[in-house]
Amino acid sequence: MSAPAMGTSKTAHSDSSNKKKKGPGTLATAYLVIYNVVMTAGWLVIAVGLVRAYLARGSYHGLYYSIEKPLKFFQTGALLEILHCAVGIVPSSVVLTGFQVMSRVFLTWAVTHSVREVQSEDSVLLFVVAWTVTEIIRYSFYTFSLLNHLPYLIKWARYTFFIVLYPMGVAGELLTIYAALPYVQKTGLYSITLPNKYNFSFDYHTFLILVMVSYIPLFPQLYFHMMRQRKKVLGHVEEYSKVE
Amino acid sequence: MKHYEVEILDAKTKDKLCFLDKVEPNATIGEIKSMFHKSHPQWYPARQSIRLDPKGKSLKDEDVLQHLPVGTTATFYFRDLGAQISWVTVFLTEYAGPLLIYLMFYFRVPFIYAPKYDFTTSKHWVVHLACMCHSFHYVKRLLETLFVHRFSHGTMPLRNIFKNCTYYWGFAAWMAYYINHPLYTPPIYGEQQIRLALIVFLFCQIGNFSIHIALRNLRPPGSKTRKIPYPTKNPFTWIFLLVSCPNYTYELGSWLGFTLMTQCLPVAAFTLVGFIQMTVWAKGKHRSYLKEFRDYPTLRSPILPFIL
Repeated sequence: MSAPAMGTSKTAHSDSSNKKKKGPGTLATAYLVIYNVVMTAGWLVIAVGLVRAYLARGSYHGLYYSIEKPLKFFQTGALLEILHCAVGIVPSSVVLTGFQVMSRVFLTWAVTHSVREVQSEDSVLLFVVAWTVTEIIRYSFYTFSLLNHLPYLIKWARYTFFIVLYPMGVAGELLTIYAALPYVQKTGLYSITLPNKYNFSFDYHTFLILVMVSYIPLFPQLYFHMMRQRKKVLGHVEEYSKVE
Repeated sequence: MKHYEVEILDAKTKDKLCFLDKVEPNATIGEIKSMFHKSHPQWYPARQSIRLDPKGKSLKDEDVLQHLPVGTTATFYFRDLGAQISWVTVFLTEYAGPLLIYLMFYFRVPFIYAPKYDFTTSKHWVVHLACMCHSFHYVKRLLETLFVHRFSHGTMPLRNIFKNCTYYWGFAAWMAYYINHPLYTPPIYGEQQIRLALIVFLFCQIGNFSIHIALRNLRPPGSKTRKIPYPTKNPFTWIFLLVSCPNYTYELGSWLGFTLMTQCLPVAAFTLVGFIQMTVWAKGKHRSYLKEFRDYPTLRSPILPFIL
């Protein structure tokens, strides 16, 4: 699911170092640190943008427009993470990471950007806030992990905030897609009808409905996976020292 | 004759699962699996993986106890492969689906297209030709499964049948929907295109069948031997000079022909996905050949001459 893309990396951090795992080399580590720092900064910019716009306007309405460009830039930039897995400098599954990033990119471009009428919906704010908080925590988590100085607070936040942020993000996404449906149907956006020389048709409206339906099996699986990860990582709080 | 003692441990937990004494030195792994099955009836031989090392490769059924690097008390590790289903069953199911599904669309069975088209037939003769080709292809596959192929493995994991059938049945329905649609558009270049496509299709069907026969003849009935395939008197097998898995090469050709014949994007998509999968298989097979045979012909590529 796209909501808080909590990442698929099973290795919290230090427990992988005593296995015979071939981690990224020094150059790759340096690159990844820079990448994660830049992404943390980017989502902070979005967070600040949201707060400033809210304070300036005095309402939650239409805040999307104030952070539209950095949102598109940094969310799309996350596509690099698929490359990181493919090349092997990050130990996550290419398929799982690809799926999560693509679903975010899909919502950003193929729904919110493409259907102008939903941009002023409050549901957009709902998922943007969820994504922003999640990503700030997630990217700082990776940054600190790579530098082998992970504050317990960040680890705790990463494995706890999702409990609220994930459903919040999912709700925002579903409501946004739902809001887009009538406009997509009316305009035939991204749809192809028969007859045509490729003997192919595509109904974007039906496709969006199927996407919404797919949340039903997928969301619980991802949510409970994070729950299990939480127990594993935070469960032994008494045994691990607070300084990693 | 000195008898062996065999103990079987769980590969993950290292628990002692079974102890067999007075085992003949010339007993095969297959026979040991049968003995193990007696004490653990839920693990029939097909779902047992027996290895010398918990993380090692599975031993073959034909391996003989006294030829293995074990002492007179042999320790083996067991892993459950999960519920198994026979290759023949999977093949028959996954191929029967497309055959029947396509025909349902061809005959425009109710609830697929608008009611006024129920049980009507297409006015384009290429649609009839396509149905004949598609049906012929899957009938050929079913018959080959029953009478031609000699499978190395008896079984595969049960979950594969759901995965495979979804793939074959899903794509068949998707393709058939458009080809047999009342608003289907025949190929741009008309008769010329269709004729060329048919020639390519038939040529590759014969080619693919020739390769299957040649591979079958490499292997005596009931055996699992592996030999290097070589060109035979049949010209369709001369492609073995350039390619390790010409069955896949011809299969790709057949579907390219069918794509050209129907000029249908979903067919092109099916051809592409199939090509990617077959290339993965061909590369694996090619690598196994190179590993197993020192004198393997160097001119051969896995699936496309000189290219891939």
